[in-house]
Amino acid sequence: MFPTPVQKSGPLASAAYQIILPIALVIWLLPLLGVAVTSVRPSGDLAAGNYFGIPSSFAGVENYKAVFRDSPIGTYILNSFKITIPTVIGAVGLSCLAGFALAVYRFKGNLALFFLFVAGNFIPFQILMVPVRDLTLKLGLYDTVTGLVLFHVAFQTGFCTLFMRNFIKGLPFALIESARVEGVSEWRIFLHVVLPLMRPAIAALSVLIFTFVWNDYFWATVLVQGQSAMPVTAGLNSLNGQWVAAWHLVSAGSIVAALPPVLMFFLMQKHFIAGLTLGATKG
Amino acid sequence: MMSNGSTASGFWKRNQRQWAPWLFLAPGILMFLVYVILPIFQSIWISFEDWDGLGPKTWIGFGNYIELFQDEAFYTSLWNNILWLVLYLLAVPAGLAIALFLNQTVAGIRLYKSLFFFPFVISQVVVGLIFTWFYAPDFGLLSTLIKTLTGTEIAVLADERYVTYGIIAAGLWPQIAYCMILYLTGLNNINPEQIEAGRMDGARGFRLFWNIVLPQLRPATFIALVVTVIGALRSFDLVSVMTAGGPYGSSRVLSFYMYEQALSEYGYRMGYGAAIAVVLFVIMMVFISIFLVRMFRQERNS
Repeated sequence: MFPTPVQKSGPLASAAYQIILPIALVIWLLPLLGVAVTSVRPSGDLAAGNYFGIPSSFAGVENYKAVFRDSPIGTYILNSFKITIPTVIGAVGLSCLAGFALAVYRFKGNLALFFLFVAGNFIPFQILMVPVRDLTLKLGLYDTVTGLVLFHVAFQTGFCTLFMRNFIKGLPFALIESARVEGVSEWRIFLHVVLPLMRPAIAALSVLIFTFVWNDYFWATVLVQGQSAMPVTAGLNSLNGQWVAAWHLVSAGSIVAALPPVLMFFLMQKHFIAGLTLGATKG
Repeated sequence: MMSNGSTASGFWKRNQRQWAPWLFLAPGILMFLVYVILPIFQSIWISFEDWDGLGPKTWIGFGNYIELFQDEAFYTSLWNNILWLVLYLLAVPAGLAIALFLNQTVAGIRLYKSLFFFPFVISQVVVGLIFTWFYAPDFGLLSTLIKTLTGTEIAVLADERYVTYGIIAAGLWPQIAYCMILYLTGLNNINPEQIEAGRMDGARGFRLFWNIVLPQLRPATFIALVVTVIGALRSFDLVSVMTAGGPYGSSRVLSFYMYEQALSEYGYRMGYGAAIAVVLFVIMMVFISIFLVRMFRQERNS
C-alpha cells in the first residue's frame, strides 16, 4: 500500500493523522458549510451583520418554508424529476441495445461506430446549440419537458454506449456461444442471457446519468424559457436574481436543489464511483 | 419472427447474425445522428450565414470569421479559455495529493472519502452560488479574511484583474474532487508486490512514488487529464451564474460569448455564434484527436 499506513509510523503519527483529517475536511468544505449555516440563519442576522457567528436563533424551518411558499421551487424540482427520470430510462435502454451490438458482433464499421459515440461525448455543447434549438422549435417542443428529454437521451447515449459496450466485452463470451448453439434467437440471448448480467452496469449508469442531467444548466437555458418546464438549476439561478441580498433564501434554495443528487450519491455510492472511475484502473 | 411463414422465418434464421447488430443499434444511432452528429455539420454551415434565428438566412462566406478575428471580445474570451485550460490542470496534481492523503485505513475513512468527493456531486449552479457568497464583498468569508490579513478589501468578482481567477478557483473545487476519486481508485488497484519490491530495493518516499507508484497510476492520470481538459474548455455554468461574463465582459469564455451572441439580449446572431462555436470545436478537436488515437491504440491491442 502506498503511502505507508500511518499505523506503521507509530502511535504519534497515527494520532496526528486522526486530528488533521477532520480539520482538513472542514477547510475543504468551508464554502458549503457556510451556505448550510446561512440557510438556517434568521434574516435579522444578515441585516445586523452577523454573517459568520453562531445564528442568533434556528430559522431553518422558516427559511425552507419561505423558499417553497414564495417561489416556484417546488415546480422546478418536479420538472427536474420529470426531465431526469425519463432521460435515465431512455439513455440506459438505448445504450443497452447499442452496447450489446458493438460488444458481441463483428461487422464492418464496428470500431468506427464505437468511436463515433466516444467522440460525441467530448464535443463542446455550443456547436450543437443553434441547430438543436432550431430542431426543437420546429418539432413544437421548445419550452417543454419532452424537448429537453429527447436531447438529453440522445446526448447521454454516447457515454452510456461506451460504458455498456466495455462492460459487455468483459462478460464471458462462452455464454452467448452456447446459447447460439442451442438455437436461441439473438433477441432472446440479449434479453435472457446478457441483460440479467448487466444489472451492476445499469445501476452505475443510472446514478451517473441522474446526476449529470439533474445538474445540467446549459440546455435548460437554451431549450426552456418559462416556469412550466424549467428545472431547478436554471430556476435557482433566476431566483438568485430576484432574491437580491436575501442570502438565507438563496442558501436554502441551493441546499434544496443539491439534495437529490447528493442523496442519490450516498445511497448508491458504490455504483456511482464504479461508473465514474471506469477506465481508471486498466488500459 | 416466430410465425411469419416458413420462408420468412427461414430467411431470418439464416441471416439474423448479420442483421441483428443493426437492429440493436438503429434507435441509438438515429437519436445520436439527429441530435449530435448532424447538428455539428449544420453549425458549420450556419457559421457561413447571417441569420437571426427566424428570418431568411443569407450566405456571407467567411464574413463571420473575418469579423471574429477583429473582435476584441473574442480575443478576451480566447485568452480566458487558455487561462482556464492551464490553471484547471492543477486539479490533476491536487487531486492526486488529496488521494494520497486519504489513502489510509483508519476508522471512518470511507465517510471522509465520500465527504471530500462531495463538491463534484452538486450542480455547478450551486457551486457558483456558494462561491459568489464566499467572494462577496463586505461579508463574504474570503473578503473578510483578506481584509483582516491585509487591511484592504478585494471584490474578486467585480475586479477585472481577479474575476477569471476567482471563477476558475470555484471550478477547481469540484474538479479536484473528481481527480481525487479517480486516483483513489487507481491507488486501490496498485500491485502491492511491486511496492514491496521497491521498498526492499531501498526506494522510499518521493523516489518510490515517482518510479513505482506513478507509472502504475497512468490510466487514472490519462482519464483525469481528459476530463479536466474537456471540463476547462466546456466551462459555461460558472461564468454564467457568477458574473454573466462581467465586469465589462472580462470573464467571458468562448462558450459563454457564443451563447451571448446567439441567444441573449444582445441579439440573436446565430451565424456569428455558430462561428465562435466552430472555433471552440476546432480547439477541442486537437485534444479529442489525441485522446481518441490513444484509446484506439488500446482497443487494437486488446
